[in-house]
Amino acid sequence: MSKTIDDDDLLDRLEHSAFDYFLRTSNDVNGLVADNSRANAPISIAVVGFALSSYPVAVERGWLGRADAARRAVTALRFFRDSDQSGGPEATGFKGFYFHFLDRITGARVWRSELSMIDTALLIAGALTAAMYFDANTTDEIELREFAEMLYRRVDWRWAQGGGETLRQGWKPECGFLHYGWEGYNEAILLYVLALGSPTHRLGGDCYHAWTATYQWENLYGYDFLYGGPLFVHQFSHAWIDFRGIQDRFMREKRSDYFENSRRAMLVQREYAERNPNEFAGYGEHCWGLTACDGPSDELPDVTGEPRRLFGYAARGVPYGPDYGTLAGCAPLASLPFAPEIALDAARNMHLRYPEMLSGSRYASSFNPSLTGADGRAWVSPGHFGLDQGILVMMIENHRSGLIWRLMRECPHIRAGLRRAGFRGGWL
Amino acid sequence: MLQPGTASDELARDALEQTWLENVRPPAWRNPKPAPRYGLVIIGGGPAGLVAAGAAASTGVRVAVVERALLGGSCLNVACIPSKAIIRTSRLYAEMRNAEHYGARVPGDIRVDFPAAMQRMRRIRARISRVDSVRRLAADGVDVFLGDARFIGIGSISVDGAKLRFSKAVVATGARPDTPAIPGLAEAGYLTNENVFDLTELPPSLLVIGGGPLGCELAQAFGRFGARTTIVQDLPLFLPKEERDAAQLLSDAFARDGIEVRLNTAAVRVRVEGGQKLVDLVSDDYQSTVAVDAILTGTGRIPNVEQLDLSVAGVEFDAVTGIHTDDYLQTTNPRIYAAGDVCLEHKFTHTADASARIAVHNALSDRRQRQSSLTIPWCTYTDPEIAHVGLYVREARDRDIPVKTFTIPMHDVSRAITDGEESGFVKIHVKERTDRILGATIVARHAGEMINEITLAMVAGIGLRTLARVIHAYPTQAEAIKKAADACAASLRKAATTSRLRP
Repeated sequence: MSKTIDDDDLLDRLEHSAFDYFLRTSNDVNGLVADNSRANAPISIAVVGFALSSYPVAVERGWLGRADAARRAVTALRFFRDSDQSGGPEATGFKGFYFHFLDRITGARVWRSELSMIDTALLIAGALTAAMYFDANTTDEIELREFAEMLYRRVDWRWAQGGGETLRQGWKPECGFLHYGWEGYNEAILLYVLALGSPTHRLGGDCYHAWTATYQWENLYGYDFLYGGPLFVHQFSHAWIDFRGIQDRFMREKRSDYFENSRRAMLVQREYAERNPNEFAGYGEHCWGLTACDGPSDELPDVTGEPRRLFGYAARGVPYGPDYGTLAGCAPLASLPFAPEIALDAARNMHLRYPEMLSGSRYASSFNPSLTGADGRAWVSPGHFGLDQGILVMMIENHRSGLIWRLMRECPHIRAGLRRAGFRGGWL
Repeated sequence: MLQPGTASDELARDALEQTWLENVRPPAWRNPKPAPRYGLVIIGGGPAGLVAAGAAASTGVRVAVVERALLGGSCLNVACIPSKAIIRTSRLYAEMRNAEHYGARVPGDIRVDFPAAMQRMRRIRARISRVDSVRRLAADGVDVFLGDARFIGIGSISVDGAKLRFSKAVVATGARPDTPAIPGLAEAGYLTNENVFDLTELPPSLLVIGGGPLGCELAQAFGRFGARTTIVQDLPLFLPKEERDAAQLLSDAFARDGIEVRLNTAAVRVRVEGGQKLVDLVSDDYQSTVAVDAILTGTGRIPNVEQLDLSVAGVEFDAVTGIHTDDYLQTTNPRIYAAGDVCLEHKFTHTADASARIAVHNALSDRRQRQSSLTIPWCTYTDPEIAHVGLYVREARDRDIPVKTFTIPMHDVSRAITDGEESGFVKIHVKERTDRILGATIVARHAGEMINEITLAMVAGIGLRTLARVIHAYPTQAEAIKKAADACAASLRKAATTSRLRP
C-alpha cells in the first residue's frame, strides 16, 4: 500500500485524538496526567512522561499554543521538583525516582505502588524531550529546561542497581528492592541509556553488558530477531531514540539494529495471528497486536460457550501468551515507523471490522472479538489508557516528521548514554 | 541412604510392600562373611552404587556393596519411580476433566480414588525393585552388606562390626531432602519425598514449599488428584535454572490446573490451630496466611556425608556440596572415588549412573575418564514436561559464544495439534553462523523423550543441519526438532548465498 492523502488524514485524526487524552485527563494545577480515563484513576508517572513528550508535537501540529504547552510542561516538572522525596509510604519519590502511581490532587503515592525505575525513565525522557524542544528565553521555557536538568541529575541510577549487576525493577519503603526478575530484551534500553548518560549518578560496572547478556536471539516463524513477547517492548524506547543505523555490541554481532528488530517483531506478531493457535475470533494477517493492555477480567464465556481464564490488564505476548483473544487496536500503529504499510494495512482492516474499538477517533486499550455482547460486537475495554495514547502520538509523529527522534538525537545525555552502552555508527 | 520408618513398617503388612521390601531390604537377610580383601567396596546401594557394582563385577574383581537402608536408593523407593507412577494417574484425571478438549464427554462421576493410585504406585515400585534386588545382586557375585558403613582407615571400613578391606572404594551415599529452616515447621509436621508416598489418604489441602522439580511435579499431581494446592516459591519463577519462557509456561499450566501460585513468596512461620497448619507467607510488603492440612517441602537436596567418618580415610567434604572430587571423581584419598548425588551438582539418576561408570573405570583401570566430558540432559516431569541439555543461552553468552536459537512452538507441530498438546516449544541453541548445537530446551508433553535426540546429536558431534536430513516419522511431536533443523539449514543456505552475492 503506497502512502496516500487518506493515510495522512487518518493518521492526523488518530494522532490528534490520542493527544487530546492528555488535555482531558490532566490536572491543570500540578500538570499531572491520569493513568486512564476512568473515574478516580490515579496519576501514572509514565503517562506524564508521554504527555511531556507529546506537547512539542501538539505545538508543531497547531493543536496547542506554545505558551500553553510550555506552561503545562513546566507545571508538571515544578511539581516533581518540589515533591516529597523522603521515600516514605506517602511520599512522591525517593533518590530522584518516583512511585508508579500518585494521587491526582496531592501527588502522594497511592495503591502502595512501587518506586518504579522504568516508569521514572519514561518520565525523565519526557522531561528531556520537552527541554530539547522548548528552547526559547521565556520564563516558563527557561525554568522548564532548568527543572528537567535538575530532575535528571537527581536520579540516583547507581543506587537502583541495589548492589547488583543490573538495574532493579522497583523498590518499596515497606520492603526495599523488589525481587522480580527482569531478564531478556524489553523496553529498558531507554532506562539504561539514561542511567549511563547521567553526569551525576552514572551506573557502575558493565551493567549494560550484564543486561544484554540475558538476550535471546531467536529464529521464530522464519524470522531472526531479538526475542521479546509483547509488542510494546519493541516500541517504548523507540518512541524517543532513533535506532536506525546505530548498533551496540549485540546488534553488531547480529548484523542488525533495534529498529530492524522491531520491524521483524511486527512480522512475528502477524505470523502468530495468522497461525492463531488458539483459534480466536478475528485474528489473522490483517488483525494482530498482542501487547500490554487492558482486558476482560470476568469469567466470561466465549463465543463457543467455553469459560476462559481472563486477566484484566496484562502484558500479552507472542508466542507464549498470555493470549485469551484480546488485541490492542493501537498496537500496529504504535509500530508504524518500522513497517508503515503493514501497520496501516492492519489498522485499516481492524477499524473496518471492529469500529467499536474507537470512540470518536481514540483507541480503547483493547478489544476481544471472541467475547461478544448481545449486539454481536466485540468486547471493548472501557475508557482510555494514557500509555496507549502517548505511544500513538509519538510513533505516528516519528513516522510523519521524525520530530521526537530529531529532538533526542541532539540531547547530550542520550548521546552520552548511547555511547557508553557501546552504540556506534549512523547519526551517532 | 534411607531409613525405613515406622510408616513403612506398618505398610509392610500389605503384600506389595512385603514384595518390595523383600527385594530392597529382605528382613531375613544375613550379611556374608567379608572376603579378606575387596577389589572394590561401594558404600551406598542407590542408582550409582548399583551401577558401580554391576560394572565392577563384570570385570571380575571382588565387589562388596554396603547399604544402610533400601537398595535402589531414592530413585526407586521415594523419588523417580513412585512419583512418575502417581503423576501418570493424576494426568489421567486431568484428561478426564478436560475430555471435551479432546472431543469426548466428561465422565459423569469423576471421583478420585487416591488409595488406588497409591496402590498402583506400590505395585509398580515392587515390580521394578526386582531388577535391583538384594538377592539378584548377590547372585551376580556381589557381597551385599545391609548396615551402617564407617571408614576405619584409609583402606578399610566397618559394617556393623565387620571389617572390610579394599583396594579401591566408591562412596555413593546419595542425598536427602534439605528441609527449610522455618520456625514451627518441624513441630507442625511436614512431608518430603521420603514420606509423601506413604500417604494413604489425600490431604484435602496442601501447601508445597519450593518451586524446584520435585515441588512442581508433586504440586501438580496432588492438585490434579483434587487437593486444594498452593505452591510458594521465593523466586520470580519456578525452576530457576530453566529459561524464562519454560518457567512461564509451567506457571500457566499450574493456573489451568487450579493450583494457587505464589511466586516471590517465602513461608516464614508455621503453627497449628484447630488441626490445621497455618503458614505465614511474605511477598515483598504483602503478608498473608494459608491454612492447609499438609505441607510438602521440596527445597533441594543435601548430600549424605555424615556418619561415614570420611575424615578418618582422608576424604575431604563439606555439608553443602558433598564429597570433594577432581574431574576423575577421585577424592582426596587416591584409593577412594565418589559418584552420584553425594558429590555431583546435577543430582539425577542418570548422572549418578554415568558418574558411577566413570568412577569404577577410573578406579580399576589406567585409562582415565573425565566427568566434565558428560553431556547431561534432565527433565522435570510436569505437564508439560520441561527438558534441557547443554548450555543455556546465558551460559554461552557468558563464555562469549555468539548464540542463535531456533524456536519451534509446539502449536506448529501437527502431532501436537492432533494430540491437543500444543503448550510448549523446542528451542535449539547453536553457535551463530554454524550448526554446532550448544544446548536445547524442550517444553512439551513428552519433552523427556524428545531431548534424547538432541543429546545424541551433541554427544556424537552431529550438527543441527544434519538432523534436517534425518527422516522423522510423521506425525510425531519430535517433528519439532526436524523443523528447527530445517530452519537452521535454510538459515545457513541463505547466509551462504548472501555471502556469495556480496560484492
